[in-house]
Amino acid sequence: MYDEMGPAGRPDDPYRDIREWLNATDLETLRRKSLEAETLFRKIGITFAVYGEGGDPERLIPFDIVPRVFNAEEWRKLERGVIQRARALNMFLHDVYHRGEIIRAGVVPADLVYRNAAFEPAMIGVDPPRGVYSHIVGIDIVRVGPGDFYVLEDNCRTPSGVSYMLENREIMMRMFPSLFARGRVLPVDDYPTQLRRTLAGVRPVKSQSDPTIVVLTPGAYNSAYYEHSFLADQMGVELVEGQDLYVEGGYVWMRSTGGPKRVDVIYRRIDDDFLDPLCFRRDSMLGVPGLMDVYRSGGVSLASAPGSGVADDKAVYTYVPDMIRFYLGETPALNNVPTFKCADPSDLKYVLENLHELVVKEVHGSGGYGMLVGPKATQAEREAYAERLKADPADFIAQPTLALSTTPTLVEEGVAPRHVDLRPYALVGDEVRLVPGGLTRVAMRQGSLVVNSSQGGGVKDTWVLAE
Amino acid sequence: MLSRTAENLYWMTRYVERAENMARLVEMGARMSALPTSSGHRSEWESVLSAASAADSHAARHAEITRESAVEHILFDRDNPSSVLASFGAARHNARAMRTALTTEAWEAINDAWIRLRRFSAAEVQGERLLDFASWMKSRGALFRGAIDSSSLRDEGYDFMRLGFFIERANNTARILDVKYYLLLPATEQVGGGVDHYQWTTVLRATSSLRSYHWVYRGEYRPAYIADFLILNKLSPRSLAHCYEMILQHLDRLERKHGRRFPCHELASVAFARLNSWTMEDIFQEGLHEFLTDFISRTNDVSAAIAEAYWYGG
Repeated sequence: MYDEMGPAGRPDDPYRDIREWLNATDLETLRRKSLEAETLFRKIGITFAVYGEGGDPERLIPFDIVPRVFNAEEWRKLERGVIQRARALNMFLHDVYHRGEIIRAGVVPADLVYRNAAFEPAMIGVDPPRGVYSHIVGIDIVRVGPGDFYVLEDNCRTPSGVSYMLENREIMMRMFPSLFARGRVLPVDDYPTQLRRTLAGVRPVKSQSDPTIVVLTPGAYNSAYYEHSFLADQMGVELVEGQDLYVEGGYVWMRSTGGPKRVDVIYRRIDDDFLDPLCFRRDSMLGVPGLMDVYRSGGVSLASAPGSGVADDKAVYTYVPDMIRFYLGETPALNNVPTFKCADPSDLKYVLENLHELVVKEVHGSGGYGMLVGPKATQAEREAYAERLKADPADFIAQPTLALSTTPTLVEEGVAPRHVDLRPYALVGDEVRLVPGGLTRVAMRQGSLVVNSSQGGGVKDTWVLAE
Repeated sequence: MLSRTAENLYWMTRYVERAENMARLVEMGARMSALPTSSGHRSEWESVLSAASAADSHAARHAEITRESAVEHILFDRDNPSSVLASFGAARHNARAMRTALTTEAWEAINDAWIRLRRFSAAEVQGERLLDFASWMKSRGALFRGAIDSSSLRDEGYDFMRLGFFIERANNTARILDVKYYLLLPATEQVGGGVDHYQWTTVLRATSSLRSYHWVYRGEYRPAYIADFLILNKLSPRSLAHCYEMILQHLDRLERKHGRRFPCHELASVAFARLNSWTMEDIFQEGLHEFLTDFISRTNDVSAAIAEAYWYGG
């Protein structure tokens, strides 16, 4: 098991300041600070909703006050890998909605793409501005050793969590200004500016010269609503709901107090299915009728493009290293976790025989719902899951349980190692941008590997140190 | 500005103002029913409930009116859409729905108050702490208005927020007066004794106007003066005339910003012109009750016309 802080003394130790701080601060003070941080989160209203459980509809994600740290060298490697992946995924999306070269070349199976539920026929032949489909790519990464990073999954639709990256930093700086006094922690706070620049950079052909950008949210009851309003606010653009927009004369308009106002770029935080009831789900109340027609004729840009989900499917994931080689002619800088595709009979056999040491996930699932962590599950749970596997093998993939790295975390027993992952956010527009940081999620229970906030995981501030 | 945002801002401030006014009404009820010679607790709370537009919803839930049932219903009953808890909850919901249009100070003022308010129980404030609770609620309202005033951009969002405050306040003052209008008729001046004297002062208290009244009228309680102070006198921050002066000011600012005039401007101007040109004698001539009823319906028309002009498409 690799602990990222480890013992003192390694060269260019990223945790030097953290170790000194932890040594100099007693547990009671840490606990008090932790409570203060929680009060701040509640006060600012940084909450999220958990679906299907009742209870407090506005919950706090547990915030751990011990930061997670990368030195410059570690970050360079991550940055290179994330940017490479974001580029390859976008080239893949352009390819599958055009000539499908990667399929003709026999690198990715046709069925996996064209029979994928996330493949969007309405996007065939459409040319989004600058050829970008997924403008915000969140890559989930875990670590098992000093230089050993693995990509767990890609998020090409509308990855959430970036507001936590920004608010965690804000709260850390408010509470522990002296920790930042050495000026070694690289800032992340220009993310909203970069996001705005990225969105303006993909304005449509028929855009106004100064494009009007909006964030489209399903509304205040959505679990990520805080993030939607936060990003709109930080970018200085309107936060709209479907009912605020309508289509007329080949453009999208928003209802304002001064009459209709034309909209050029929509950063949409609603799913494909709900975007346009005339094109997708007819019962959608969240979308804008006629939106897709305007989009296809270059009257408005959508970030991300509909159909981007075909690239972040858990089965397509296994081919991403091949995509990097195919489109970029480069060696992947970040490894994939070895993955068994249950659609393949021999893989399925292996998975069924080794359930006790594998993690099994639904291909289309997200947020840690519906997965089986073999070593943690009971015999009965494994047997029940095996039945589901046999019924629809193609719906599942399996991976070995990795010995995820740990970082020091404040828990009931004191400061103890807990497993973490990392989600950096790549912005893809006229160029690919990445702020030095990301969202670190931490499993608060001892030994637990599940970091999802919907499953009780917490978050940490993530530091990248200057050279 | 997004039409929906404007509408949310307007209702957010209306709801905060309403929550605060409900607390004032309960305070008025507590003071009136404490008078030894009052005509009975029941009728006092009955008039408070009707000023709070909650008489029907109270009757649906309680067989008889007691201090406890009225206090619980006006402050904490979620089934009463005008209760402090329901109004403030609605205001906070609106605030959350458009965080982007609110400053951090304004959001924290409303969110902090909501976090605390949710933890109060009716039982906790029924007894001696009732007046403490009322003044706590008023202070939260003041903090929220102050946060908006000191931190908001003077854009149209500010105008819509201020319109919400003053429309709600005008309506509230008119309703309080209407519940007690018979006390303020000139005829009662002769028959008035000690009890009426206290009743008048409670009307002033319910509008936080007791001390200002002294400054303006130098001491004497006279029903006509009290009515004048709360209806025609622009010095009083809760008078109908002052509210309309502010409403027109913000409508004028919106007209300049949008370069357009809508029917809401005309309706508000006509209502303000009446308040400007009439005297209390004219009002008594028309009938105080009739005047107030007419005024409440005019204010509702102005509110509907604002919605028509700015959020239902002009």
